[in-house]
Amino acid sequence: MIPKCYKKENLPHKFCPGCGYGVILKSLGSVIDHLKIANKSVIGLDIGCGLLAWNLFDVDTIQTHHGRTTPTMAGFKFAKPEAIVLAIMGDGGGYAIGLQSLLHSAHRNDPITVILVNNTLYAMTGGQMAPTTLANEITDTTPKGRDSEKTGLPFLGPEIIATLTNKQAYIARASIRSPLQVESCIEKAIKNQMRGKGFSFVEVLSICPTNWKTNAEESFKFLEKMEDVFVLGEIKKP
Amino acid sequence: MQTEFLTGNEVVVKAALSAGARLMFGYPITPSTEITKTFAEEAIKNPRLLFIQTEDEISAGFGVIGAILGGKKSFTSTAGPGTVLMQDPISMAEAMRLPFVGIITQRGGPSTGTVIYSQQEVNLTCFGGNGEGLRIVYSPSNLQEVYDLTIKTFNNAWKYRFPSFLLTDGYLAKAKSKVEIYEPSYLSTTKQILGDAKKIVNIRNTYSTEEELAKILDKYINEYEQISKHIRDYESYHCTDAKTIIFAHGSVASACRAACSQLKRVGLFRPITLRPFPEYEAKMIARRADKVIIVESSAGQFSRMVKNAIFGVKTVVLEYQKPALGITPEEIIGLLK
Repeated sequence: MIPKCYKKENLPHKFCPGCGYGVILKSLGSVIDHLKIANKSVIGLDIGCGLLAWNLFDVDTIQTHHGRTTPTMAGFKFAKPEAIVLAIMGDGGGYAIGLQSLLHSAHRNDPITVILVNNTLYAMTGGQMAPTTLANEITDTTPKGRDSEKTGLPFLGPEIIATLTNKQAYIARASIRSPLQVESCIEKAIKNQMRGKGFSFVEVLSICPTNWKTNAEESFKFLEKMEDVFVLGEIKKP
Repeated sequence: MQTEFLTGNEVVVKAALSAGARLMFGYPITPSTEITKTFAEEAIKNPRLLFIQTEDEISAGFGVIGAILGGKKSFTSTAGPGTVLMQDPISMAEAMRLPFVGIITQRGGPSTGTVIYSQQEVNLTCFGGNGEGLRIVYSPSNLQEVYDLTIKTFNNAWKYRFPSFLLTDGYLAKAKSKVEIYEPSYLSTTKQILGDAKKIVNIRNTYSTEEELAKILDKYINEYEQISKHIRDYESYHCTDAKTIIFAHGSVASACRAACSQLKRVGLFRPITLRPFPEYEAKMIARRADKVIIVESSAGQFSRMVKNAIFGVKTVVLEYQKPALGITPEEIIGLLK
């Protein structure tokens, strides 16, 4: 089912064949439909593959600078507290260049919902190491595999953010292996904002066949490896 | 109207409130900090105001953008290294034609420099970012002008939708003087840009082809040129029969003005807007003089703008540059006597 809040005229979407974003955005679309919030929501999109969704939704969207979606959308929420404010970003945008803003937004308990897509690399620029790159994973900038002695272990975003937020925060990690789980976590995160509770955050494990250079089967095998490192589930809920 | 005894930074907050500012996002940096402090104090008293202290200047700038998208007059203040970081959000505001308002309180540079004074943030404020400098920049030279021009900065930002700035410095920020505080006769209206349920908007700043971007840039540059004639502003003082014309802006112009009143046949041309620059008027005045002297507290950032404006004029051009140092009326008198 194509979400009602998609702009049909802009389909098919612009993502690579097999990209996990299709599942994630469709899940978000279903939640927006289900909660009937298309005309109350605004979606901020970071630079990275996510920006390709800039005109996918029949919902107000703004595409910002790399790493700057969190402060932009927090600023919007301060001006328009009644709006449902969503920020979509990748692991580079959220955990590297935009980490300072993400952590402080969580720490302030800004009442916005952040959806962060973790595919273990910078996909838009052709597959470089991200904070989430697995140990020994080969990327453009780690041609012999990520040396975790020198470059650290995969960044555990939700676990770190959970330590900064207060009891009102909703923090979860889902995987596109289970679209229903993705949908459920996104719905709970948005409802947390709608109830006026505070910061809500969902990291979604996704696949990138283009940069991983994997076929469908291999892509899901790698996703399985990711799920061993990045533990799925609700990490914090009010 | 009432007369109050205030510092420059306090005047900025008075003016921002008179202009309709509702939200301020800021990060402390000398010599602009009292703007954040004073606005935070006002926000405690008035529930319609909100002050957010962000984690850095980048976040402050993007917070301003978010609030503007929500249709609220919003601003930030910064200086020096903060002005460098602020180019990230300002560049997006320029691309999206958002009424970003920034108070830039110059300090010495490069780098951390000094916390006090310079005129070295002219380039950054006028032309910073990876674009064409489609910005409006006011340079006040006394505290009354800080009030008047802050209001104009907000009004023109929302009227013309180009990022707009008040460019002060630590001397203006910390000086205290009598200022007339009044209700502005005109206030620009606001418009909710994002999240208005009546119409769906999808806003971007990334384009797929060179032609796609070039078309938009052409439109913006053309609009900027069209509106420039309504914005360009300057003061000419004792210029009518002057043989020597001093070109200066901001605090330095204030010292030069004082010098002019004691010198014979020396006039002052002071751009009040550095962007757009009053090019035509500068050229006409320079043409009539025997000698032009460009005075500034930087090693030529202002001078390059003046020389660009008066290009082709045969008048002798001299420069007096003291990067990051103040300039007194006495030394101007000594120089021109």
